[in-house]
Amino acid sequence: MEAYILMALLLLLTIVTIAIVFQRSLFAVVILAGIYSFLMATAMIVLDAVDVAMTEAAVGAGVATVFFLASLHLTRAREYPRPRAVWLPLFVAGVVGAALIGGTYDLPLFGSAASPIHQHIAPHYLNESMGETGVPNVVTAVLADYRSIDTLGETTVIFTAGIGIMVLLRGRRRRRGEDKDDVDPGARET
Amino acid sequence: MMFLMATIAILIAMALVVVRAIRGPTVFDRVLAGNVIGTLAILLLAVVGFLLGRPEWLDIALTYGLLNLISTLAVLKFFRHGDLAFVPKEPPKL
Repeated sequence: MEAYILMALLLLLTIVTIAIVFQRSLFAVVILAGIYSFLMATAMIVLDAVDVAMTEAAVGAGVATVFFLASLHLTRAREYPRPRAVWLPLFVAGVVGAALIGGTYDLPLFGSAASPIHQHIAPHYLNESMGETGVPNVVTAVLADYRSIDTLGETTVIFTAGIGIMVLLRGRRRRRGEDKDDVDPGARET
Repeated sequence: MMFLMATIAILIAMALVVVRAIRGPTVFDRVLAGNVIGTLAILLLAVVGFLLGRPEWLDIALTYGLLNLISTLAVLKFFRHGDLAFVPKEPPKL
């Protein structure tokens, strides 16, 4: 049952992806990307990865749509027609794709209990995390305790990126002189 | 059986909405399609939760409802004012 629902969702995902590639109107691409995120998040919930699905829905369908729209305001809303020479990029993409698909043959089987990722440190987390951290959810224990420094670093990176985007967008608006009221006179001459 | 039929119906509705989002001649067809796909995702989560015996997915569906509002509001504000950071000079009359 689960597999059929997942197949239907993935089929819709494929259709949306192909439509995004062939779509020339960038606004339609923004909307289609939002639809893609909602379908993806639903598929992840069907796969029982609720936390990933929440992130996908919040970032992909919520914040990314807003960011895309904000950048559409700064650029044109229509993609340029594709350049003539498509063979070299197509060749490179084909070779890279073939190499990646070739690489998957050396991977362990999907869900195999003997693969290295299930042998290395996961048993320790599963068996000891309750005693060591006192957090009942193993994923939360790994994210917020064992890898807390890593999580802090991620948060710092995202925060810095957000500040950078805000600074860039504000500078652009000032140069256009749209907000004459909240800009002090000295800043306008730069 | 009931939940299964509802799931199939919602998936078909999703396919129709995706077609409208791809073909939709005007911008507002696409905005509406984007909003409706969020609503359908909420419905699908609720129904599939009961179908697979996980009714606690209803809470996640509620959160989806909140997220769906944000992107639709942003899109509509962008089209009304052409700018997401628009501040009206005088407060709107209610």
